[in-house]
Formats: sequence, structure tokens, C-alpha cells
Amino acid sequence: MRGIITERGTDVAPGVAAPTSVAQRMAAIAEAVAGPAADEVDALGRFPSETIGALQSEGLLTAMVPEDLGGLGATISELSEGLVALGRHCASSAMVVAMHHIQVACLVRHGRNDHLRAYLSETVDHQYLLASATTEVGTGGDVRSSVCAVDVAGGRFHVTKQAPVISYGSFADAVLVTSRRSADSPESDQVLVLCRPPGLRLEQVGEWNALGFRGTCSPGFVLEASGDAGAIFDDPYSEISTRTMLPVAHILWSSLWLGIATAAMDRARRFVQAEARKRPGTTPAAAMRLADTAALHQQFADLVRSSALRFEEVAEDPERASSLGFAIAMNSLKVSSSTLVVDVVRQCMVICGLAAYRLDGTFSLGRHLRDSMGASLMVNNDRIMANNAQLLLVHRGE
Amino acid sequence: MDETIRTVLAEHGKLAVDVNAIDEHTDLFASGMTSHASVNVMLALEDAFDIEFAESMLKKSTFESIASIRAGVLEMTSS
Repeated sequence: MRGIITERGTDVAPGVAAPTSVAQRMAAIAEAVAGPAADEVDALGRFPSETIGALQSEGLLTAMVPEDLGGLGATISELSEGLVALGRHCASSAMVVAMHHIQVACLVRHGRNDHLRAYLSETVDHQYLLASATTEVGTGGDVRSSVCAVDVAGGRFHVTKQAPVISYGSFADAVLVTSRRSADSPESDQVLVLCRPPGLRLEQVGEWNALGFRGTCSPGFVLEASGDAGAIFDDPYSEISTRTMLPVAHILWSSLWLGIATAAMDRARRFVQAEARKRPGTTPAAAMRLADTAALHQQFADLVRSSALRFEEVAEDPERASSLGFAIAMNSLKVSSSTLVVDVVRQCMVICGLAAYRLDGTFSLGRHLRDSMGASLMVNNDRIMANNAQLLLVHRGE
Repeated sequence: MDETIRTVLAEHGKLAVDVNAIDEHTDLFASGMTSHASVNVMLALEDAFDIEFAESMLKKSTFESIASIRAGVLEMTSS
């Protein structure tokens, strides 16, 4: 039985030494917990509670929170690596974890008032799972505009939102909600509000029965929330989105999509190697396609890694994090990786042939193909490209 | 100059309020200008004043009020 590779690279038996880095610990949970449950999570469209529980028990839901605020101080590169591992075993689990960390990043980087800082500390202690409600009925999928408005009176807020989708809404401890700043504000003047019990009521509308990412449990909800007005972030949502939510989302999503592609590559490689073993001396017909696909996969992996580093470089510099060049790069990342994941999985399916097409067996790629198709739709690539087209009208290429 | 800026804002700013009803320090983004509209405002200003904003000026703060736009245009016309 293969042991766990420690940081020093020594092979040890499981249980002898625990993996230490955030990425290694996430990878260990991915293999031991998320992987074995993945097919059932997908088939039943059920929440991957065992994976989230395992991450919680190791404090990994606040991995990216700085150490002085009680977290593990992981960089986005480390988290990205962990999500690749999780996506490789269960894309639904990885998507839940990615979305949660996007909310945590907003809280860490923009939740500076006492109320939100106290909540972050509670999140660390209780390993809360945070969800997001950015889309709304009536905005046509444009997350940068809101219909609902937050009412503030006597130090308390109140908001009601018709959300067509809140991923894992029924399983989350709090929801970060976008809303117009006030009833008088235009649709584009948005704030971000932390909504949590006991002032949070979620009424589910419909079911989540989708082609892929079935374990994210993402039905619609009518959300009604009230609470201390300190739950409203000080920074306007436009700034939170540009500097944090959008780049972090695109990097973390891309990481788990890379995980899906990596799982497909694993199967394709094993398939070709099995063929090669049957006839040593004869290169299997699919080997050339595997070589081509490996090059594609490498492009994908290097894109994700370099984008995480790119974010780390500008993260603490509001000027550079708000620049056109960075926005265009982060948009391009999402479009490229959501396209690459489908390309890689599709090529791997051709390599494995019917063994991948059938829904049973160790080479099946049905779940991977279905999950990969969601990537270009969640924040539609056409919308992102239209945005980049607009930005490129004034970008100077610097 | 302010007259031209207001004309550009009226045509391209997609403000939720009358451009003549705001003062030079009113936050244009809080008045309904989307980032999409701000790009059009930027393009129209470049055409109206025959300038090209430097990369370093292509940020939200340059376009957040009539006063900041004026400062930006002046910086480009004086260089």
C-alpha cells in the first residue's frame, strides 16, 4: 500500500506522520474522503458533508486566513494546489470549498470593521461554511447590478433577495449577499452584506437537478435577512469584486477545473500504459494523442499556477489589483481554463474510447465530462469576453 | 471644459440622475454609472479633448467625479 509523501519527500506509512502543508492536507482528504464518496455525491446530488467535515476538523476552511487572525496563513498558490487535488477526486466538493474560500477572502481582505472582524474570528473557531448570493432574479445574470436594496435604520439592516441560485445554501452557516446600497441607489451601486442566523431566513425555491456539479446543491432561494448594520462591508462591492472576489474566484475555480482535467489525464495515461503492456515494442495508437493532450494539460497547469502567483504579486497593491491589465488577465484565465478543461477531458475520452464512454468501470469519464461542461457557464464566458472586449478598447497593453 | 465633460456624461454616463443636478464632487459611480459606461465616457472624453489617457490614469478614481475627470483631462492636455 502506498504511503503518504511527507514534505521531505520520504515515503511513510499512513498514520506514521501527518502531511503538513495545507495543500498536502487537502490532498490527503481528497484521496481518503472525497474520492470514495464522489460517485455517490454525483449520483444522488447530495452535499459532500464528509469532505467538508474532514476539512473542518483540520481547520482547513480558514486555511487562507492570516495566522495573526487565527488561520493557517496559506497563500492562494497553496490553496490552489489543494483544490487541484480535491477537484481530481470530487469536483462538487472542490467547488463548494472554492466558493467558500472566495467568501473568506472577501471577509479577510475587506471585512475590516469590528463586527466583521469578530465574525471572522468566530469563523476560525467554529469553521463556518460561507455561501454567496450574487445572482438575482431580474438582473439577467449580471452580478454587478442588484434589484434588491438594503434598508438601514437604527443600526440594523434588512434585506430581501430573490436568488435563482445559492450553492449549498441549505448547508451554509452564513451567506454573503450583494444588494443595492439603499432603496434610492442605482442598480450598479452595490454593497456586500454578511447574512447569518438568527436573522437569516432561506426559503428554497425548486430543486437542483443539473448535468454536473450535482453535489453543490444549488437551488434557488428567497433570502430574507436582518441584523447589526456592521454586517455591511465598508468597501463598495465594485471594489471587493475587482480586487478580490473576481480574481480569487477565477483562480480557485480554474484550480478545481484543472483537477478534473488531471483526473481525466490519469485515466488516459493508465489506459495507454495498459495497452502498451499488452504489446511491448508497439506504441499504442492512442499514445500520440496522449502526448498532444499532455501538452494541453501542461499549458493548463502552468496557466493556473502563474495566475495564482500573479494575484499574489498585486494582492496588497490596490492600484495594480484594480488595473485594466490585471482585470483582463483574470477574465482571460477563466475563459481559457473553462475551455481547456473540456478540451482535455474530451481528448482523454477519445484516448480511452468506449471504456471512458461507459458509465461504469475504472476508465469512465462521464462525471468528469458533465462537470467540465459547467465551467464555461458559471458566469458565462460570452459575458466575460464582452467585458474584456470593452476593456480592450481603452487598455494600453502595459 | 466642465460643459464638455457634462455633455459627455449626459450622453454616455448612463447616470440615474440629471447631470446638471449633480455637483463636481458627486460620486458618479454611486449615481448609476457602471464600469461599462465609464469606458464609453473615457472614449468620448478622449475624442472630445483629443487626448489619450495614460495607462496609470485608467482607474476608477480618475472617473469618479466631474472634478476628478477635469483633473485627469488637464493632466493629459498639459503634458
